[in-house]
Amino acid sequence: MSEKFTVEIITPDKSFLKSEAAEVTIPSYEGQMGILKDHISLITFLRPGFILIKNAEEKKFYVEEGTVEFSNNKLLILTSTVKDLKNFNKDLVENLVQEAEKKLNDQNTSDKEKYIISYKIDALKELSL
Amino acid sequence: MPSLDDLKKRIKSVKSTQKITKAMKMVAAAKLRKAQESAEKGRPYSQKMQNIILNLTKSINDPQNAPKLLVGTGEDKKYLCVVLTADRGLCGGFNSNICKLAKTNFKKIISEGKELNIITVGSKGHDQIKREYGKYVIKKFSFKDKKNISFNEADEVGKEIISLFNQNKFDKCIIFYNNFKNVITQIPQAQQIIPAETKNLKESNDQNFSYEFEPEEDEILEDLLPKNISTQVFKALLENAASEQGSRMTAMDNATRNAGDLVDKLTIDYNRSRQASITKELIEIISGAESL
Repeated sequence: MSEKFTVEIITPDKSFLKSEAAEVTIPSYEGQMGILKDHISLITFLRPGFILIKNAEEKKFYVEEGTVEFSNNKLLILTSTVKDLKNFNKDLVENLVQEAEKKLNDQNTSDKEKYIISYKIDALKELSL
Repeated sequence: MPSLDDLKKRIKSVKSTQKITKAMKMVAAAKLRKAQESAEKGRPYSQKMQNIILNLTKSINDPQNAPKLLVGTGEDKKYLCVVLTADRGLCGGFNSNICKLAKTNFKKIISEGKELNIITVGSKGHDQIKREYGKYVIKKFSFKDKKNISFNEADEVGKEIISLFNQNKFDKCIIFYNNFKNVITQIPQAQQIIPAETKNLKESNDQNFSYEFEPEEDEILEDLLPKNISTQVFKALLENAASEQGSRMTAMDNATRNAGDLVDKLTIDYNRSRQASITKELIEIISGAESL
């Protein structure tokens, strides 16, 4: 019996990725979440972070937000901000961090947004290591 | 009977029109491929989003406390109609088909004594609707200067819809657009987005999932529903873009063919009257010679 399930990442303009996976780690709204086969049906949100898809090899993507549905061994990730890590370089990351920090210090930003942004900064900083 | 010179000019003008329509057809064909691709690629996202919403709807036990965006205000008095059309003409019945469908609905809503508000997206639709229903139009969008439709434009429309809803301006929201089936067929459609339509519920088979929610159910819905509205608008815009190019391509193809037929007919006329004038001259010469 195979221990794999299908994972699909869909953006508004295309189907970004469809593959098999043995384990997927997603940055869910309330913390990192690892999903294996036969996980209970689930709907959750994403906060900024990395999606890690483990199969024969590991794939890693950066996301800012999204919706996740898991049912019948199908993991569905709807997001408009998924990015392949290959497209990141140091300058871009630094720019993003600066932008995010600026927004974090803005008074008009609500607490909820600040929560999200702080994760965004953490994720981006982790990347530049 | 037009003179030879007139016919010649006429043929020339039809030929140049034919050149234009031919060029427009080619341009539409090239754009169609791109638009069709993005429409087809965009479908899964909106469908899956709709599915999640439907699944969520099923798991709601207490409709009274459910978010209003999902179950509606419980009333049925005020309608908001969003009519999505193109910004350019010369695409056959594309714009008029949407407007026709929309107008039938408007008539129905008004005859039932309900309040009607209209938002138009795209200038062509606005032009057609303002003549009869101008006073109901509360806002118009036009993305004429945008080359490609992105999610931002849809979001703009979606946010407007939601802010109107929060101000209690309407109970039900319907969007009108053309669904792209293939190059020759586009089906004008009316889709109710607020409250979310649940009649497709059966298609997504009656399995009863009990989902685990994280964070809480209502928090998810609160966030997801506005997103879904924008997504549905975005889908409609993409379908529309593809339909517009498809419709234009067919229309221009027909126009090119018609122009060809017209040129043939005019050429025959032209040759016939040329022959007639030659014969006439010959007869004149011969009868002149005979009388000598």
